[in-house]
Amino acid sequence: MCLGIPGEVTRWIDRDPLLARAEVRFGELSRVCHLACVPEAEIGDYVIVHAGIAISKVNPDEARRLFDELDQFALREELATEIPPAGDIHEIP
Amino acid sequence: MKYLDEYRDRDQAHQWITRIQRLASRRWVLMEVCGGQTHSLLKYGIESALKDDIELVHGPGCPVCVTPIGVLDQAQELARQPDITLCSFGDMLRVPGSTSSLLQTRAQGGTVKMVYSPLEAVSFAEQHPERQVVFFAVGFETTTPATALAVLQAHQLCLKNFSLLVHHVRVQPAMEAIMQLPEVRVQAFLAAGHVCTVMGYDTYASFVEKYQVPVVVTGFEPLDLLAGIHECIRQLESGNAQTSNQYPRSVRLEGNLSARQLIDQVYEVNDQEWRGLGEIPESGYRLRAKWEQFNAGKRFGMMPAKVQNDASLCQAGEVLSGQMRPTECPSFGKACTPETPMGAPMVSSEGACAAYYRYRLPIIT
Amino acid sequence: MAHPAWLLNCPVSVSAQSDCVTLAHGEGGRLMRRLLDQIVHPSLGCTLPFADAAILQPAGNRLAFSTDSYVVSPIFFPGGDIGSLAVYGTCNDLAVSGAIPRWLSLSLILEEGLPIAVLEKVLHSIAQTTAECQVQIITGDTKVVPHGEADGIFLNTTGIGELMEPVPPGAESLQEGDVLITSGHIGRHGIAILAAREQLDFHPAPSSDGALLLPAISALRTGIGSEVRAMRDATRGGITAVLHEWAIASQKTLFVDESCIPIDAVTRSACELLGLEPLHLACEGTMLMAVSAQHAEEAVSILRKVEISRHAAIIGRVESRAVTPVIIRRTLGREQSLDEPSGSPLPRIC
Repeated sequence: MCLGIPGEVTRWIDRDPLLARAEVRFGELSRVCHLACVPEAEIGDYVIVHAGIAISKVNPDEARRLFDELDQFALREELATEIPPAGDIHEIP
Repeated sequence: MKYLDEYRDRDQAHQWITRIQRLASRRWVLMEVCGGQTHSLLKYGIESALKDDIELVHGPGCPVCVTPIGVLDQAQELARQPDITLCSFGDMLRVPGSTSSLLQTRAQGGTVKMVYSPLEAVSFAEQHPERQVVFFAVGFETTTPATALAVLQAHQLCLKNFSLLVHHVRVQPAMEAIMQLPEVRVQAFLAAGHVCTVMGYDTYASFVEKYQVPVVVTGFEPLDLLAGIHECIRQLESGNAQTSNQYPRSVRLEGNLSARQLIDQVYEVNDQEWRGLGEIPESGYRLRAKWEQFNAGKRFGMMPAKVQNDASLCQAGEVLSGQMRPTECPSFGKACTPETPMGAPMVSSEGACAAYYRYRLPIIT
Repeated sequence: MAHPAWLLNCPVSVSAQSDCVTLAHGEGGRLMRRLLDQIVHPSLGCTLPFADAAILQPAGNRLAFSTDSYVVSPIFFPGGDIGSLAVYGTCNDLAVSGAIPRWLSLSLILEEGLPIAVLEKVLHSIAQTTAECQVQIITGDTKVVPHGEADGIFLNTTGIGELMEPVPPGAESLQEGDVLITSGHIGRHGIAILAAREQLDFHPAPSSDGALLLPAISALRTGIGSEVRAMRDATRGGITAVLHEWAIASQKTLFVDESCIPIDAVTRSACELLGLEPLHLACEGTMLMAVSAQHAEEAVSILRKVEISRHAAIIGRVESRAVTPVIIRRTLGREQSLDEPSGSPLPRIC
């Protein structure tokens, strides 16, 4: 479940902890979202919005990790000639 | 769109698929808990691309599907009261209760308003002091902070005409319940990325320890899902079950502390009934005593009736717990279609049955 | 002994100067005549009242005849209103059948309590749109129903158009290899209505694509004439509904490539945010066409020179019948069946 879409914080409207709201831009569309759970977000940060509230701030360094990892996997797979045999400890009886 | 399009890259996806295929020495059984992931896996064809290498079974992570019939009936009963406006998420409107859905209730004169966010229901209540506004608060931990915030905002605004019909559910107890089934086949979990965004994933350590299954926190875009699947297979092949985070751009070990605090402030854990699965200990949230004035059931003296589960022909429980594939159900695509759903997983587009019907089944006319 | 306070004003609440439509406006008497003479006819730019029946003198061409009712909520939305929709909708139905729209009838069903100002605004929009489409309203009807029995205003337009040769033979004639073209961005009307009705507060507010398709169709007729097999405006159910209809009519399988389907950035963002499938969303100024393979590129270049179809694109082709009526190649390259939409699109949280 839980549709969450990343958008860029473009303008703070209210920084009151409970009523924190900011304008968030999703591609070409902006909408006011609630930021009570991501009060530290600054303009230009990306937040993930679910049901109108931001639930996290996107970490840009970690966002790249997936792509770096693919390159590393490429390297590792070429170097590693053996894959450890599958154990049965996670086989469900 | 940034942080969306790059995770749908065709070439990279194919590289991941190849890697997974190379890595898998046998056909492993993985469960994606979250309905949003089920939707993506089928829509993007990942499930069929990997069908020889992994079996994906689809978990109970669609809050719309697991909301019990009695609670749906209660929501409809509230919507039929002349002074009540029932606000609900869009995907809840089509789900059948014992006789009808909220959409049908609206057609028969009930007042049902669709909202995108629980906080819109608060604004609506503020603008319409003459109406009683009830928000139908369903959803997993991802959605719970939003409804908690609605309660706190309504309190701050001293709204006397706002209340909630709460049926929030928690993911991890459902995963426990699945692992305790007698014929469980699940060998690894893709944990729900946005639930973990709120709750973190440190609580999975004991789960992994206890059941020796990998739990890999996974996002929703194709590359996220493929990276999550790859990590599951890597662990399974190496015989070493761990928790791992493959959605670190959104998920931190401890989750989102502000969001968790909101949940804590407003809700407490309770035993909850799941449609298709029955009661699961500590699998839900209810309003704390302090916020009882926001409990719509109490306010209007309407508690959910215990309603016998779906028609015996619907095998939703087996599907939701991963014991049966949607296509194995005798009613699938015949008596049970999105137009005539016999059970909730056929209703919501995140329901495993509807996702299969929409994306997987060749429709013969 | 004191008399009770006599009610000295007339107890009948209807006033000739009412700023709202009342049931009395529908009763056929003086009030109705005033409504028609002072509001409806002048707003539509008619100098004479409508006759009981309009007499037509067609030039000799075969005629196309189409009707549609309009019940959209809200009545006004970014990019249009129920009035413009009622004119474009019926004119487009005629145009995609190969006709030039000539005459329209207009039926108004008004809910008691509808502000006269709203009625006037809708009528002005109708007048403006008929002028743009070069069609004439030649007969009409007005009814008032009690409060609660309609949603403000319902419209029906029936249109007659003159068929222009070559008339596209229709979806039954689709042949293997024919190319599928969309005349523009898909899903705009569906998102615009949803955003306006549910007050989703998007900025910019998504705007409907409501427009007359005739210029694009005329250009295509002049350019490649008989190479056009079928045209259909992709209204309710979006292009998916048209694809399914054509698959049934032709007994072929229609194949589309998701990455080729033009969608504007605002609609796309809204669909992501709400979890909606743009292929299922209504269009009001976008059509699907099937064209012979040899002339497909030419068709697109003709369409792109016309303002209304400047985003035209090839999106797929007609194939021999497979197990599935409509196949879509999704962004990752996998081919899947594309299911028909069921019910109106609802935003999802999960």
